[in-house]
Amino acid sequence: MKPAAFDYLAPRSRAEALAMLRDHGDTGKVLAGGQSLVPAMNFRLARPEVLIDINRLPDLDHLRFEDGRMIIGGLVRHARFEHPAVEGPLGRVLPIIAAHIAHLPIRTRGTFAGSLAHADPAAEWCTLALGVEAEIVAESADRGVRCIAARDFFKTIFTTALEPDELIVETRLPVPAENWRYGFQEFSRRAGDYALAMAFAALRFDGPTIREARIAIGSVGATPVLAGNAASTLVGAHADAGVIEAAAAAARDEIEAGGDIHGSADYRRHLVGVMTERALNQALAA
Amino acid sequence: MKWVGRRLPRSEDPPLLRGEGAFTADLALGARMVAFVRSPLARGRILEIEKPETGIVITAEDLEGVKPITPRLTKFNYVAIEQPILPATFVHYVGQAVAAAIADDLAAAEDLADRVFIDIEPEDAVIDARQALQDTQRPVHPEAPGNVLVEAAVRTSAVDASMDKAARTVSLSVRSHRQSAFPLEARGGVAAFDRASGRVTLHASVQMPHMLRTGIADCLGMPEADLRVVAPDVGGGFGQKMSLFPEYVVLVWLARTHRGRFAWIEDRRENLIASTHSRDQYHELKAGFDAAGRLQALEVDIVANVGAFSCYPVTCGVEPLMALAEYPGPYRIEHYAARARGVTTNTCPIAPYRGVSRPAITFGMERLLDRAARAIGIEPIELRRRNLVTSFPYRTAMGLELDRASYVEAMDQAAALIDLPAFRERQRQARTEGRHLGLGFAVFNERSGYGTPAFAARGMEITPGYERVEMAMTPSGEIEARIGASPHGQGLKTALAQIIADELGVSTERVRIIAGDTDRTPYGWGTFASRSVVISGGATKKASEKLSLAIRSVAARLLQTPAEEIDLEDGAARARSGEASLPLAQLARLAYHQNHQFSDLIGHGLSVQADYDPAGTFSNACHAAIVEVDTATGGVTIERYLVVEDAGRLINPLIVDGQIRGGVAQGIANALFEEIVYDEDGNILTSSLADYLPPTMSEIPEIEIHHLQSLSDASYLEAKGVGEGGAIGPPAAIVNAICDALADFGVEIDEIPATPERIRRSLEARAA
Amino acid sequence: MTAHDIHFTVNGIAYDIEAESRLSLADALREKCGLTGTHLGCEHGVCGACTVLLDGAPVRACLMFAVQAADAEIRTVEGLADGHELAPIQRAFWEHHGLQCGFCTPGFLMLATWLLEQDEPLTETRMREVLSSNLCRCTGYQNIKNAVRAAAVELGKWSESETA
Repeated sequence: MKPAAFDYLAPRSRAEALAMLRDHGDTGKVLAGGQSLVPAMNFRLARPEVLIDINRLPDLDHLRFEDGRMIIGGLVRHARFEHPAVEGPLGRVLPIIAAHIAHLPIRTRGTFAGSLAHADPAAEWCTLALGVEAEIVAESADRGVRCIAARDFFKTIFTTALEPDELIVETRLPVPAENWRYGFQEFSRRAGDYALAMAFAALRFDGPTIREARIAIGSVGATPVLAGNAASTLVGAHADAGVIEAAAAAARDEIEAGGDIHGSADYRRHLVGVMTERALNQALAA
Repeated sequence: MKWVGRRLPRSEDPPLLRGEGAFTADLALGARMVAFVRSPLARGRILEIEKPETGIVITAEDLEGVKPITPRLTKFNYVAIEQPILPATFVHYVGQAVAAAIADDLAAAEDLADRVFIDIEPEDAVIDARQALQDTQRPVHPEAPGNVLVEAAVRTSAVDASMDKAARTVSLSVRSHRQSAFPLEARGGVAAFDRASGRVTLHASVQMPHMLRTGIADCLGMPEADLRVVAPDVGGGFGQKMSLFPEYVVLVWLARTHRGRFAWIEDRRENLIASTHSRDQYHELKAGFDAAGRLQALEVDIVANVGAFSCYPVTCGVEPLMALAEYPGPYRIEHYAARARGVTTNTCPIAPYRGVSRPAITFGMERLLDRAARAIGIEPIELRRRNLVTSFPYRTAMGLELDRASYVEAMDQAAALIDLPAFRERQRQARTEGRHLGLGFAVFNERSGYGTPAFAARGMEITPGYERVEMAMTPSGEIEARIGASPHGQGLKTALAQIIADELGVSTERVRIIAGDTDRTPYGWGTFASRSVVISGGATKKASEKLSLAIRSVAARLLQTPAEEIDLEDGAARARSGEASLPLAQLARLAYHQNHQFSDLIGHGLSVQADYDPAGTFSNACHAAIVEVDTATGGVTIERYLVVEDAGRLINPLIVDGQIRGGVAQGIANALFEEIVYDEDGNILTSSLADYLPPTMSEIPEIEIHHLQSLSDASYLEAKGVGEGGAIGPPAAIVNAICDALADFGVEIDEIPATPERIRRSLEARAA
Repeated sequence: MTAHDIHFTVNGIAYDIEAESRLSLADALREKCGLTGTHLGCEHGVCGACTVLLDGAPVRACLMFAVQAADAEIRTVEGLADGHELAPIQRAFWEHHGLQCGFCTPGFLMLATWLLEQDEPLTETRMREVLSSNLCRCTGYQNIKNAVRAAAVELGKWSESETA
């Protein structure tokens, strides 16, 4: 299980990296954490001719706050989110999610942006990005910077809106006020495994009334998806057991699931309902 | 203080802790590396193998004259199938090695392997054993038109009459899915040609070095004396490293042919698709009980998928024949009928894995008893109590002699430790809160330490079993013991040193155990089948006694005291009365260098040998599991896991407990997690650890262990084998617990692993 | 195919090696530095036998290329003992029978070493979470837990309270 040969490039500046991507984007790959790419290379399922290692870029490993948003630099690693990075609902949910991402020695290397760019439907960050309406900022040497909404970003399995010459330089997550409640649940066979289903729930309250709701589901189809029907059953309602159950049932009914050896489509759809219910309850308890 | 019985930390550990162990891959540095090109198809005719224009690629045409691997049984309608070292005309399973690509490093060898093109005309594969029994139009091997490679049947005279008379009959169908032994170090070997001697040394990650030497020499038609096989540090085996594999034959062929040094280090993908598998069985059971719940008759039909080829040396009879012989386990069953078939398919060969058929047959028996107990309306342990063997020795319907054991006592102790009434109350309480707790038991015995008689009964052309120990005291007074067993993580060297230390009155630090090297050890069978402490340990004790006698006879002359009045203790020979004593180092020096004074007593030097070939001894255990089932997801949490084990005399309880815990973890994997999955075309869908799921620390609970010690004269040491038992009980105990938790729903699960989806499906089927 | 000249330190000793791009850090340690204590059990980041500390953090050495470790400080199992003297974590593994075949042991030792060097005290939950990163096939994990717990107690790093 040794990878096919490739050329290794280690740019020292963002401009240099973008120029390399322009020249090699079609046959090459960005190497960030490498925790998904390198296994695929070791199995020779991926055979990039060139790797552009962005780990030595000086200005990508930052986490900052701007205009009510958390700005996650292109090299911020999963482990950074194991401890609360910010007050409030987002700060509370990030460590819960991070704990589900593989295991610690993976989290010390793997990056938030790399996870989005890889677009594994089982990736927790992809589901979160969709659920909080994140914006992905991509840059290329020729066209400069553009901002892509999460709902437009995930195209299909392992495929995103990124062009071959583009690099995710940062991701922006809204930092919500305290009247938001977030919950995240997933079910997997073993600790750290790819989930069979996951649900992220975000609820905005006005007193006891839910004014806004978003439910993102991951790990059951080609991309993370929003459970729009389920969310709309919640808007205007008071959160009680019946309402939560109805929302979970709606999510189960509206999500199209695929099956594999770890779970049939029917089982995964069933789990969508269970995870949605639990994520909503977790959000209420948060 | 005696050494035997102490929780002595192992002498094996310090180099392993320092990262200074020598595993096979560590010995491969600088060798030419071999990458095998493996069949991408389950079945088909090889039309052409296109080799790249540059680089060394070996295929069947290069191996002219090399004989196939052909293990044999002389009984049970066995059909011998030849397994080619590299196939010339036909591939039989995905992962079968077809060509070997050689380069200076492994990455380059894989590059070369990528450029080998195998043109195969595909044929429809037969994957499932039941399908193979029906689908006989296209036999996997023409020699076996019905796809059955081995078949045995027994029926005592009154089975049908007893079944007819039974007050109640219970039937069930058991499915045990396919599992990999998954040693953390995969297979591998380094074969080096020595130009000075013309010999080849093969260092390989194996459990049976002597057997491997015989097998390779037979295939290559070379003198065994020109081959040395060494098992260095071995990163776990669990049975997967017992068999002779074509890859090792290729390595030795390369070393001899090219007069060089060649290594193959198996990667994890190869290990999951092409190293051997196990446990792929279907059982049909029917039992008759009298009105008091006593078992009157048992009838079983065993269908074991043995894969594409028979494993060497134990053959593909190993799983079905063991199931046939041992199905009734520790229960009194006079009237017994069984049929067992080993069915060939286009899948990776099946070979022994810790427990062999016993996890599956224990699962079958214990599920049967739990179902019967529910039908009768009594506690499962009560039904067991009415049926367990209580007087020993007991001769089973199959003629096996069960030596002294503690079947009922172990179960009663487990039930007492659980506090059954308190659990039932807690369970009721939890139900009112919507939580589903369940308790399951598994009572079983483990046939261990069996020598040639047991293997001969299977009609094996190669009949393993005995062990020899050669023991000497060196002139400087250490004890060297050369053993035929081949430990690979069990801590056998420490345990044997404890036995020797007691007999010879020395510290274990004075003992060196030499194992796993055909040049330095007597012919022996290796380490498998829960045999090493019983057989190699028994031979070690016998050899120690002989050496003690020799030492004491020398001391007798030097101390002018009768030998029977001399004790060996604290590294010296001492006269029991008086002050006279002699350090062993001094005595040994004299025995060798002033040998003329003692040669009439001991011959020349202080060396002895002893053999042991016992019929076998049954250890036993009761496992108890408390689980909680999440009925929404089908997820299972093991809240408590308890083992009451009877392994007779414990040589080193630290090691025994380690064996049990490790076995239980593998049994939990079998019960809940691990499954090798093929699609209907024979592609393997579990070729990475994202898809094949060995449990982590989070999935394995604390395992409580309690010991009983039935001392039996079936074992010279009074010790019983314990290597496999841990892995035998968990599927039965855990699935019984799951079914107990879901009894309100009427859920009965007879399939392992009991995955969350299978549990959900059972719940849904009951709800519908 | 390019070869790279790479400098890094392993266990405080400087190494200058030449490696092609595709050589993993694990293979570099084993083949170029002769440090064969770092084992390869899966080469896809799941088993953790190759876990080493890279600039103070545990990483899978099978999922990094050696060239990425240029100028890094690496620690491997060979650096744990002080000469003849086993480190407390090694001694604890020995006394508690935390290993059988020993193949996974170096990865567990490095993971445990990192845990014991963190500022916050170690709790049962944290220990289980982090040690679940690696696979062991022999021990059933209990004695690994017992060993790490004992070493943490010895080093004053153990917390009985989960909220510590």
